[in-house]
Amino acid sequence: MANILSRSMAKSPWIVHVNCNSCNGCDIELLACLTPLYDAERFGVINIGSPKQADIMVVTGSVNSKNVDMLKNIYNQIPDPKAVVAIGACGTTGGIFYNCYNVIGGVDKVVPVDVNVPGCCPRPEAIMDGILQAAAIVEEKRKNKVKGVNL
Amino acid sequence: MTKTIITVLITLLVSPILGCFLTGVDRKFTANLQSRKGPRLRQPLYDFLKLLGKENIAVHKYQNVYMLFYLVFIILSVVMFVLGMDLLMIIFVFTIANIALIVGAMTTGSPFARIGAQREIMAMLAYEPILIFYAVITFMMTGSFKISQLYKLDKPLIVYAPLLFISMLFVMSIKFKKSPFDFSTSHHGHQELVKGITTEYSGPTLAMYELAHWYEAILLLGFMFVFMAYNGIPALYIELGVIIETLSFIFVIVLDNITARITWQWMIKLSYTLLSSLAVINIFVIYFLKLGIKQ
Repeated sequence: MANILSRSMAKSPWIVHVNCNSCNGCDIELLACLTPLYDAERFGVINIGSPKQADIMVVTGSVNSKNVDMLKNIYNQIPDPKAVVAIGACGTTGGIFYNCYNVIGGVDKVVPVDVNVPGCCPRPEAIMDGILQAAAIVEEKRKNKVKGVNL
Repeated sequence: MTKTIITVLITLLVSPILGCFLTGVDRKFTANLQSRKGPRLRQPLYDFLKLLGKENIAVHKYQNVYMLFYLVFIILSVVMFVLGMDLLMIIFVFTIANIALIVGAMTTGSPFARIGAQREIMAMLAYEPILIFYAVITFMMTGSFKISQLYKLDKPLIVYAPLLFISMLFVMSIKFKKSPFDFSTSHHGHQELVKGITTEYSGPTLAMYELAHWYEAILLLGFMFVFMAYNGIPALYIELGVIIETLSFIFVIVLDNITARITWQWMIKLSYTLLSSLAVINIFVIYFLKLGIKQ
């Protein structure tokens, strides 16, 4: 019984999609994952809008001073256990905006990131692989009772 | 007495399993209509178990009590339905469950939940008259509101009430919160006002909502099953009932996939012009042709 309980965490990853500063290329590829061609729903992935109901926060784009509070707010609202996936070059390191005066940087400067999916923009298959790896990480966190950081 | 207790226990245990299976079939069938593979049939079970293992973040603790009320009253109406009790009382208990959901959403203070709750009130305004007409037709045919009396009719109820059946199909769509009537909240995979009335629920409370949805699926399909109730051999009317349940469920899913969301004004207009008139015409036909029981 405990086995099926812990397996369920990895088999039902619900994502909340946060767009900071992205050019929308990664967003389009992420939403393409939900289309019939790539079909993320067969792994149980649902793009749930409410952070209170999500497990994985998928962040596209880099962070600047206007959206840093928003990002922290949404991260705090996600119940434990949770994982963060940073999509694209801008999400992982800041991309072409690296070290710019108006950009704080990649997502990992603000929230603890579990999976980075590089690319500009990464293919839907790569994004799905990242989300599923994050789902396995969420299951590990649940087993080990790892709580998220309170930002 | 023991037969009642055994029936109640079997209902309590089997309904969520059937409901989970139906929800899985729903998602798989929707996926096939959209030419994609879709999740496994037991995906709703995985969702439910996952939600049980999550932290419960609530705006304040009383909102979870309202979700518990919703679950308890839905279970109560399913049990009352299976025992063949008074249809009017079942409708009242069902309404209380929905009110608990609405009030719970209102207490959170979230604007999404508040608008979702107001829209759910509009949805209740749209489908409650049809349920009352259903009870009225039951009374006209059998002289009592009890569902168990419907099994004494000489022909299946749908022969006497085909127009009510059409209205009930739309009530199914409103209650399942599927397109075109999914504007208070939307079922999985879709968003409306973020998540409408269920926006501020998380973790085990959301698992309660899922469980209540499974029980509610059984109750709603039960309303359709009863359209085939009559005085015949149980094997025959059970088979016909299951067929009509399947056809109604397929109708709801296909309607979900071919329509877009509509506004509450359109829904109220549809209900108070088309659906209510169908039901009222049916009542008049039964009255003037004296098809009902002799009073």
